[in-house]
Amino acid sequence: MDLSELNQIKERELAARKKYTLRCCMAAGCMSSNAESVKEELEKAVTEAGLGQEVEVRGVGCMRLCCEGPLVQADPDGILFEQVDPDAAKSIIAALKGGKAKARLGNPQSPFFTQQKSIVLANSGIVDPERIESYIAADGYQALYHVLRELDPNEVVTEMVTSGLRGRGGAGFPVGLKWGTVAKSPGAKKYVVCNADEGDPGAFMDRSVLESDPHAILEGMAIAAFAVGADQGFIYARAEYPLAIDRLKKAIKQAKAKGLLGAGIFDSPFNFTVDIRIGAGAFVCGEETALMMSIEGRRGTPRPRPPFPAESGLWGCPTLINNVETLANVAPIIRNGGEWFAGIGTEKSKGTKVFALAGKIKNTGLIEVPMGTPLRTIVEEMGGGAPDGGTIKAVQTGGPSGGCIPAHSLDTPVDYESLGKLGSIMGSGGMIVMDQDTNMVDVARFFMEFCMDESCGKCIPCRAGTVQMHHLLDKIMDRKATARDLQKLEELCDMVKSTSLCGLGQTAPNPTLSTLRFFRNEYEERLQPDVFGPRGNGKPAKTKASA
Amino acid sequence: MAAITLTIDDKQVSAEDSQSVLSIAQEQGIAIPTLCHLEGVYDVGACRLCLVEVAGVNKLLPACTTKATEGMVVRTDTERLRKYRKITLELLFAERNHVCAICVANGHCELQTMAYNQGMDHVRYDYCFPKWDMDLTHERFGMDHNRCILCARCVRACWHIEGAGTKNVAGRGARSHIITDMFQPWGEAESCTSCGKCVMACPTGALFERGSTTGEMQRDRTTLEFIVTAREKKQWIA
Repeated sequence: MDLSELNQIKERELAARKKYTLRCCMAAGCMSSNAESVKEELEKAVTEAGLGQEVEVRGVGCMRLCCEGPLVQADPDGILFEQVDPDAAKSIIAALKGGKAKARLGNPQSPFFTQQKSIVLANSGIVDPERIESYIAADGYQALYHVLRELDPNEVVTEMVTSGLRGRGGAGFPVGLKWGTVAKSPGAKKYVVCNADEGDPGAFMDRSVLESDPHAILEGMAIAAFAVGADQGFIYARAEYPLAIDRLKKAIKQAKAKGLLGAGIFDSPFNFTVDIRIGAGAFVCGEETALMMSIEGRRGTPRPRPPFPAESGLWGCPTLINNVETLANVAPIIRNGGEWFAGIGTEKSKGTKVFALAGKIKNTGLIEVPMGTPLRTIVEEMGGGAPDGGTIKAVQTGGPSGGCIPAHSLDTPVDYESLGKLGSIMGSGGMIVMDQDTNMVDVARFFMEFCMDESCGKCIPCRAGTVQMHHLLDKIMDRKATARDLQKLEELCDMVKSTSLCGLGQTAPNPTLSTLRFFRNEYEERLQPDVFGPRGNGKPAKTKASA
Repeated sequence: MAAITLTIDDKQVSAEDSQSVLSIAQEQGIAIPTLCHLEGVYDVGACRLCLVEVAGVNKLLPACTTKATEGMVVRTDTERLRKYRKITLELLFAERNHVCAICVANGHCELQTMAYNQGMDHVRYDYCFPKWDMDLTHERFGMDHNRCILCARCVRACWHIEGAGTKNVAGRGARSHIITDMFQPWGEAESCTSCGKCVMACPTGALFERGSTTGEMQRDRTTLEFIVTAREKKQWIA
C-alpha cells in the first residue's frame, strides 16, 4: 500500500456514491429495536422500486439520538426518520421522490444535534463500520501515512503535547506526556494497549465509538505505536460488547489485508500488529495494572504504582495504555494539527468530550460537545430537560467514581477542573440525570453496592470497607441508623479513599461524599435518635452486616 | 547500587537505593505494622497497614513496595496513620469470624498481636458473621476460611518458595477465598506436595496442622526465610 493506492480507494469509493443515501443506524442501541430488519426491508424496497442505481442503503454507526431508534437518515437532504418500522420501508423510498413517509420525522436542526461538535464521532453515523473503504473515503489512514513517511516519532509526540489532549478514561492525564514517557523508557519491546473495558453504569461512549468507527481506533493505535516505538498492540474489550468486538475483528482483518497493519506499513520499516483480548466481566480490569494482569492471563487484580506501566507494564515492558476515546482523537489531531485541537475547549481541557446521556431526561443518547460547555446546555437544551414536566435534581457524572452535581450548579462548565471542584470527576463520560423523585441516599447506596460487588478483594479497605459502608447506607435507608452511624460512614469514606490500593477503592466513597455534601438533609432526616442518647432506651438495635 | 540518606520519623538513616522503606525501617528498629508482608516472598502491598506518609506525596504509600529515594522524608507513626490502621484491623475483625478464645492460633496470631499493639480494643462495626466452610480433607493440614484475612502469604509461599502453585485466590470482593488447585478439596489437590510452607506462612489460625493443640501452634517463619536465603546465596553448595 502506498499513498496513491490509498487515494485510489478513496476516489473509487466517492465515485460509487449514488444520488440518494439512506443511512441506517447499525449500532447496538438501534439494533436492539429491530434496525437490522429495517435495513433489510429498505434494501428490498429499493430493489423492488428499481432504484438500485440511484439509492444506496448504508449501515452506519451510532446516530446519537438513541431513545428514538431505529434511526434512518436520507441524504442529500438530511431527512431524519425516527422509530422506523420495517413496514414503513416502501413509503420511505417513495418519500425520496416526494411521497409521504409513514415514519416519524425527526428534527436534525434541534439543539441536540446543532450544539454538538464532532471530532471523535465525526465518522459515526456516516461511515460504514464494516467496510474499510468507507473509512478511507473519509480520509482514513491519511494521518498514519503522514506520520510514518513524513514525521519522526518525536514530532508525533510534540504534536500530541501541542494538542493538549488529556486522557479520556477519567483521570485526565496529559496524553503527550504519557506518550513521551513511554517513548523515552528504555526497552527493545514495547506495547500499546487500548482500554475498551468501559464499565460505568450508564456509560456507552466507547462501545459506540468501537461499533461506529473501529478503524479510527486502529489508526490511532498505530500512530501511538510509531510514536513510542511499539510493535504490538492489544485492545482489551469487555465481553459484554460482542458487536464491538465483532467489528474490531473485521476491521483488523481488513486493515491487515490492505497492508495497513502488519509488517512494513506504507513501505516504511514500521511493523505493528493488533490483537484483541476479551475481559471476563470484572469492572476492576479497567484499572490499568489489573488490565495488564488480565492480558497476561493472570487474575485481574491491581498492583501498587509505581512502577507505572510506562516504565514497567505488560510482561515488564514499557506499555502505553490509552482509552478508546483518547485514541479516537489521535488521527484527527494529526490530520488537522495540534494547534487546531488546542483551539477547541477551555484553557486546561482541550477538545471535545463524548457523553452518554441517560436517566430522567427526554433525549437520551450520545453527545459530543466542546469542553467548557455548561452542564445546563447539555441537560436542558440538548437533553430537553426532565420528561413529563419533572424538574432536574442532580446530574451524576463519573459513574461509581464520580459524584452528583446539584441542579443549582448546572451552570458549571464541563471540564476536568470544574467538575473536580464540585467533588465529582469528568470520568469516562457517563451522565445520568436525576429528577425530583430520586432519593440521593439510594443513589449513594446503589453506587456503593456496585463498588462492593466489583472490588477485587485484594486490599482490605476496599474489600471490607465497601461492605461496611454499604451496610451503613442500608441502615440509613431503612431508617435504623443514628448520628453515630453517619459519623462512622464519613470516617470510613475518608479511610477507604486514603488507604485503598487502586482507583476503584480510592474513588468508591465519592458518590456518598458528594451526596453528603449537597444533600445532607436527606441523610439526616432518616436518622433515629441514638439509643444511648438522652431519649434512647439503652438497648442497641439488633443488626447484622451482610457480606 | 548506591548509598542514599533519608529521614524516617526524624531520624536520619543511610540505606541502599534498592531497599524498600519497610526494610530500612526494620533495620533501624522502627516498627511499621504489617500483615501481608512475609520475609522471603515478594510484597504485594495489600493489607495497607504499612502505609506511611512521604513528604511531597499527597497519597499514602505502602512501605513494603515503596523504594527509598535520596532525601525522602518518611513518617511512619502519625495520628492519621494510627487511626487508619485501627480501622483496618476493625474491618478485618468484623469481616470474618475471628473468635480468639476458640482459635487454634490463640496467643500465636499476628492479627491478634497487631490488634493489641495498635490498641484496637473493640470493633465499632457490625460483624458480618459469614458462613465459611472448613477444609479438613488433607491428611496433615486444615484450612478454616473463617480465620482467613486474605493476605495471600500462603499463595505466594506455595508459588514462589515451593513452586507447587497449589494455592490460589478465587472469587472477588468479600467473596474472595483461598482455593487449592482448581477449587478441589485440599486432600484431592494433586499439585500439593504437603510441604507445609503455607501453614508456616499463615499469620492467623486459617491454616493449621491437624491434631496440634493451641500451645503447639508456633509458626516456623525462619524456615521459610532460611530456604529463600539459602537458595539465593547458594548455601547448599559446600
